[in-house]
Amino acid sequence: MRRWHERVVVRLLFVSTLASALMTIGIFGFMIVNGFPLFAGGHFFEIMTGPWAPHRGMYGIAPMLIGSLAVSLLGMAFALPLSLGCAILITVVSPGRFGLVVRRIVESMTGMPTVVYGFVGIFLLVPWMRTIFERGTGMCVLSASLMLAVLVSPTMILLFCDAFAQVPLSYGHAVLAAGGTKIQRFLHVTLPCSRQGIVIAVTLSSGRAIGDTLIALMLAGNAVQMPGSVLDSARTLTSHIALVFAADNESPEFKAIFACGLSLYLVTTILMLIIRGAARGRGKHAPEY
Amino acid sequence: MKKILLSVVVLSLWLCAGAMAGDLDGFQGEKGEIRIAGGTAHIPVMKEAARRIGERNPKIQISIAGGGSGVGVKQVGEGLVDIGNTGKKPSDDEVARYGLYLCKWAIDGVAIIVNPANTVGALTQEQVSDMYAGKITSWKDVGGSDKQISLYTRDESSGTREVFWKAALKEGTVAVNANFVVSNGAMKAAVSQDPSAIGYVSVGHIDASVAPVSFNGIAPSPQTVKDGTYTIARGLYSNTKGAPTGLNKKFLDYLLSKEGQQIVAEQGFIPVQ
Repeated sequence: MRRWHERVVVRLLFVSTLASALMTIGIFGFMIVNGFPLFAGGHFFEIMTGPWAPHRGMYGIAPMLIGSLAVSLLGMAFALPLSLGCAILITVVSPGRFGLVVRRIVESMTGMPTVVYGFVGIFLLVPWMRTIFERGTGMCVLSASLMLAVLVSPTMILLFCDAFAQVPLSYGHAVLAAGGTKIQRFLHVTLPCSRQGIVIAVTLSSGRAIGDTLIALMLAGNAVQMPGSVLDSARTLTSHIALVFAADNESPEFKAIFACGLSLYLVTTILMLIIRGAARGRGKHAPEY
Repeated sequence: MKKILLSVVVLSLWLCAGAMAGDLDGFQGEKGEIRIAGGTAHIPVMKEAARRIGERNPKIQISIAGGGSGVGVKQVGEGLVDIGNTGKKPSDDEVARYGLYLCKWAIDGVAIIVNPANTVGALTQEQVSDMYAGKITSWKDVGGSDKQISLYTRDESSGTREVFWKAALKEGTVAVNANFVVSNGAMKAAVSQDPSAIGYVSVGHIDASVAPVSFNGIAPSPQTVKDGTYTIARGLYSNTKGAPTGLNKKFLDYLLSKEGQQIVAEQGFIPVQ
């Protein structure tokens, strides 16, 4: 009887895995098919490197590609140390009552709708940036990436905490028994042992950072220029899709957003591969347990 | 005697109520849903009309969404909403493709706005064109303080943008560093916060948080739009796929009724009737 049950469960799991894999491939195929007419005419290079000027017949998405990378990478650069530090505070430095309070606050932040962050950004952060830098409108790459860091950090902190908690207690006890400090235990045992969890956390958060639409749409200014500095207004691929989506279905503008979707897909995939590759490369030098 | 007096009171109250309802009578006993989306200039009038209809007929649900004129055409054309609003006349191609029926219920001006702290109160067409093209970059060059101009514009699907681009910019270019906002409301919020901003909104959206600028010497107001001296103007349309029927027809009729047109005027637009 048990075997029969097991077989059903295994089949079901296999089917759902297959479905999600097919869905990912299907979406990729859908985008290729719809974006193909744009690329087929030999415009691939033009679209990937050119400017966006619909009234002159130019539908390049290069500024948006750079905008997306700038906003999300800068956001991750803010979020990663912040999250790592916060997770260390919760699990290592002050695992008692204070750590628990911080953890509860972080947990409640994960459920906050993105639009709330966008709203706070537009009424608090943007005027603040404008007065501090006295340049531009305050709607810029920096504003969007700061808010994006606030958005992705809570999830990243909790994933880090979980990763640290997965390391067997006995390893840590061994360090303490040998006379090591809590910080040494963390740096030499917990951190290397939870490498995989950290990679997963960073991968998921990068995906969210690059895929988020609302924060950049509300705070980055959406100008169709190549951002020259972090204080420049910029448009991300996701905002671009949101802004152009309302255009006439038959218009070339609308067709060009498939190129955006495709690049978003590719950029995310490449980013994931780089993060995983980097983690694997470093893994060779990490101690085996 | 008392009874007669009471019935007189009741009767007169009933007559009064009947007289007041007037244009809303058509909705009596109706129930159902009207889904509206599209142009963001329309929203104040849509909301007020929906409030009045809903107050007397709680069984009628009216949902109002923005998205811009492009969304209005697309969603009504694809049957996602019942009424699609556009802040411009839908193109012949769109009308033919989706079989749209147009209902124009107001005329609206598009006003150029600046932050209330800005001292510049008048601009010419050339100045506005040059500012948006990035040829004039400081408020100093148009009589203001020495501050860099922050340009705000709308996305391609905005009806407000199209009218502004044609009438104020004469189809000129917009500098690539212009910031994009997604609705009339967002434009107002952005300009009211940024001391060096220039933007444009539907005249019906102007309040104390932003300062309208006169264009070629004419201040935007319902009067100047109506008599045609203020030239950046357009019609506000509510469109249906095929001829409107049932509740949708009643809603459009209400917009064109005396009371509907009064709402239009109260919200700062120009009635068409």
